[in-house]
Amino acid sequence: MINLKEKVLRFLEDDCRFSAKNISDALGATEQQVADVIAECIDDGTILGYKALINWDKTEREYVSAMIEIKVQPEKGEGFDSVARHICAFEEVVSVFLMSGGFDLAVMLEGKSMREVALFVVEKLAVIDGVTGTATHFVLNKYKDKGVIFDEREKDTRVMTEF
Amino acid sequence: MEYDNLLTGTAKNLKPSGIRKFFDVAERIPDAIALGVGEPDFKTPWHIRQAAIDALSKGQTRYTSNAGLMPLRDEIASYMNRKFSLNYDPATEITVTVGGSEAIDNIIRSVVSFGDEVLIPEPSFVCYAPLTELAGGRPVILPTYEKDGFKLTPDTLKKAITEKTKLLIMPYPNNPTGALMEKEDYEKIAAVLKGTNILVLADEIYIELNYSNAPLFSFAQTDGMKERTIVVNGFSKTYAMTGWRIGFACGPKEIMKAVLKIHQYGIMCAPTVSQYAAIEAMKNGDEDIEYMRQNYNMRRCFLLDAFRSLSVPCFEPKGAFYVFPNISAFAESSEKFCSDFLEKAHVAVVPGSAFGESGEGFIRISYAYSLDHLKKAVDRLEKYIKG
Repeated sequence: MINLKEKVLRFLEDDCRFSAKNISDALGATEQQVADVIAECIDDGTILGYKALINWDKTEREYVSAMIEIKVQPEKGEGFDSVARHICAFEEVVSVFLMSGGFDLAVMLEGKSMREVALFVVEKLAVIDGVTGTATHFVLNKYKDKGVIFDEREKDTRVMTEF
Repeated sequence: MEYDNLLTGTAKNLKPSGIRKFFDVAERIPDAIALGVGEPDFKTPWHIRQAAIDALSKGQTRYTSNAGLMPLRDEIASYMNRKFSLNYDPATEITVTVGGSEAIDNIIRSVVSFGDEVLIPEPSFVCYAPLTELAGGRPVILPTYEKDGFKLTPDTLKKAITEKTKLLIMPYPNNPTGALMEKEDYEKIAAVLKGTNILVLADEIYIELNYSNAPLFSFAQTDGMKERTIVVNGFSKTYAMTGWRIGFACGPKEIMKAVLKIHQYGIMCAPTVSQYAAIEAMKNGDEDIEYMRQNYNMRRCFLLDAFRSLSVPCFEPKGAFYVFPNISAFAESSEKFCSDFLEKAHVAVVPGSAFGESGEGFIRISYAYSLDHLKKAVDRLEKYIKG
């Protein structure tokens, strides 16, 4: 059986604008129970934030994003953590993941231009102690992110029938 | 050609549907919002679509046996047992059909001939009366009312039974009212039917969309009723598989034998790829059902709260994905309300009268729409009502 906490989180992951009342209606719990679960999840850091998923290509904003593969020489006793934390501190960095496979850290970056991103990699990332190599891949088009398809807003194609 | 001389009187006299016309108008209004569609807004769950893709890539595209793939009939038998403690023999008592509609048509044609009477509670889905007429039978309408929660009452049933009564339709959970008949309600109906030779067609296509706290209950589970009941169910509403056209009927083998013959001559078999998808749905789709049911329930509660705050009376529907508010205080007929609401507020809903005379004074609102969509519609309703 999936517990109430997990059920509430699944609804919020679908759409964080659902109110405690909406979710309690769906789950047959009381509004207070759901509100308590949400408060607890915020307190213990299970819920870290609520953000809109934006397709910046629909705006005038100058914007590029890139995925940087980073090879790291792990430190004794620290592994990859200290380098990863160092990278996390930069505001340009959107996400940092430790990966299995041919490189160690996958870093998503945002910047105003390709030049700005490239310079950031060279001047800020490549020089960090422990970083032994980088490979920059610019995002050319975003098709889907966080489960949402970007390039086509689906229209309701249902037709009126006798049903 | 004199086409008019070719058409039968029955075909010519079939009533056109009252559902569609508002939507033809709505399509011409650019910012119109529709609340009329009677099919899920969810996509068929991915693992079910994947099962169909696998079937296609393996070339599983030939006819199946007339009654449907045996593994699917086995799954249906296991589903009926798991959910309703009902046992059906997959070899003789289950037929896979092209949606629930084909099953309804075949059952009516199996038992109804000239002059036979079919009892049809209304408001209800619009197919029962025309299909009865096409079979030569006579539809006998059993009106249901808001004061009874749109349930069929034993009194209404008792008064309508004659020597010619062959079949009773039990369309619950109900489209358009959302009414649910529970165990105790069915027991009262069963008491009237005992000792008669009336067959029951339990159209339970919405049975999984139940928002009461009571466990799911099929009419066939009612004491003594299984032997006189054919259950019609399907995948369209439960698994968001409307376009796959796949349903089924379960019932006594003596009747199912005839249902299968009509299916065999008219259809041959249900679409093969859809049958493979349906196997996957029944095997691994329980979580999908629950996810969709919870989302529908959220929307149902949102609409009921909204009607309450706008003082629009609406009985609480416990099933399907429709609400059926009473708009008699706002217009002299439900058609007029719908026309005016569409024209002034740009929201298309279906008049209750499209589902039978006892639906007059009501409108059907489908909540197979996102919460955002429903919020927008409720905002327009509020402005419309407050003038």
